[in-house]
Amino acid sequence: MNLNEWIFIGLFFALGWALPATPIVLGKILAPKRPNQVKQQTYECGVEMVGSPWTQFRAQYYIFALVFLVFDVELVFLFPWALAYNQLGLFALFEMTVFIFLLVVALVYTWRKGALRWS
Amino acid sequence: MTGLLQDIGFSRDLAVLIAKAAGVIVVAVFGLLWTLLGIWLERKWAARFQDRVGPNRVGPFGLIQTVADTVKILLKEDIMNKGVDRWVFNLAPILAVLAVTLIWAVVPFSAAWIGTDLNIGVFYLLAVGALGTVAVIMAGWSSNNKYALLSAYRAVAQLVSYEVPMVLALLVPVLLSGSMSTQEIVRQQHIWYVFAAPLTVLLFLISGQAEIGRGPFDLLEAESELVSGFHIEYSGMKFGMFYVAEFLHAFTVGVLTAILFLGGWRGPFAEDVAILGFFYLMIKSLFAYWVLVWVRMTLPRVRIDHLLDFNWKFLVPVGLANLLIVALVWKAIPGTDQISSFGDAVVPTLALLLVNVAMFLVIGALLADRGRRERARIEARVAGADLPVETVAGAGD
Repeated sequence: MNLNEWIFIGLFFALGWALPATPIVLGKILAPKRPNQVKQQTYECGVEMVGSPWTQFRAQYYIFALVFLVFDVELVFLFPWALAYNQLGLFALFEMTVFIFLLVVALVYTWRKGALRWS
Repeated sequence: MTGLLQDIGFSRDLAVLIAKAAGVIVVAVFGLLWTLLGIWLERKWAARFQDRVGPNRVGPFGLIQTVADTVKILLKEDIMNKGVDRWVFNLAPILAVLAVTLIWAVVPFSAAWIGTDLNIGVFYLLAVGALGTVAVIMAGWSSNNKYALLSAYRAVAQLVSYEVPMVLALLVPVLLSGSMSTQEIVRQQHIWYVFAAPLTVLLFLISGQAEIGRGPFDLLEAESELVSGFHIEYSGMKFGMFYVAEFLHAFTVGVLTAILFLGGWRGPFAEDVAILGFFYLMIKSLFAYWVLVWVRMTLPRVRIDHLLDFNWKFLVPVGLANLLIVALVWKAIPGTDQISSFGDAVVPTLALLLVNVAMFLVIGALLADRGRRERARIEARVAGADLPVETVAGAGD
């Protein structure tokens, strides 16, 4: 691996912050600053806030995040395979077919379990 | 440039470092400057789609409207409501822009111009692109606002779900070119991959549109339900940065489509004249971006259960099948392991194109069948229970 290529990314990361931060800081300097009680209220279409913003949320969101996690982690394994595909023999194809088939089984299982149903 | 710096008396390492830093500034500043023009362009397009004129007051054709807007937003008061998590709140807009500009580090602008040609470029795209999701969640979480929080939850469900078909689509050009370097993928496209893998392009565009949270997938900032979503409490330049990030992300999806499927900078004489390659890439990117804007302005917003169903029960299975079939066909055709000219690519491309047409037909038939059955089911229930259609429609899984 050529480390030289990564210096660029590192520099980009270091300097990249500055680009969006500069206008924000500039805005801080130029813009007026006159806070008051009403202005600083949490915006809820003009009426006073009802209850706490830390409300309960559907567990469904969590389940989707979990399903994603499983899939994404497994899809990462497909990258080296796709990369070396042209040099690999038939066996690699067979192996990956089995792997993708397992993924499909997982998908069907979550589907059957009703984890993908919203209501 | 490195040589020049060394002549002045810098050590070699320092010269390399300075040259690279200059490259970073050029790429990043170009991205932000392009935003000024791009936002104008998009507003003009959007106006045309809606039979309006669009910005036309400031400057010729309203060209410097965005500059005027920038100055205005700079002078706007930055209101921070009570109870926000200051650090996270302030970092979110910066991270949103950073996530997108970082992608531009591996964009091959022409045969000679590329920020850095990483050998894991496509992987890097995915990793950095996911930072944008984090920014959205940070903004929603730290705002101390119900609607912003709700939008952050939706972001988790949506952005994260559509990442799966996007990865599946990205695997196809990697497989066809045998490389993850963006520059190498462009070089390998003796015939654009859009002809070999039209279904993949469609998958990429749909999931890309969902990733940028636009068009029919703009549930993150549904104005009518969530007021404006995760950036509701942001004002002044911090909101401006979210706007910039959104535009830049959308355009970047166009650029990536051009690089991965439309041949990137490839075109007549692009190998020799760097500026020509850059020109071709911009034209192709703008075309892909125009398609995204077109979809955005045409389709109505989908409901969240439909959105997730569409992803997990349609796009993901299609993506998996597509990947497998492309891999199978690619192995079945002899000579695909060393394609080095236009002539070598003709036969595999034609074969894959035929297979893709077949896949389109099968998917279309399956969808039509499903639609017919769903319709019959709803009609039967309406007739049986004497219900209004609206209560039954969409009640299925």
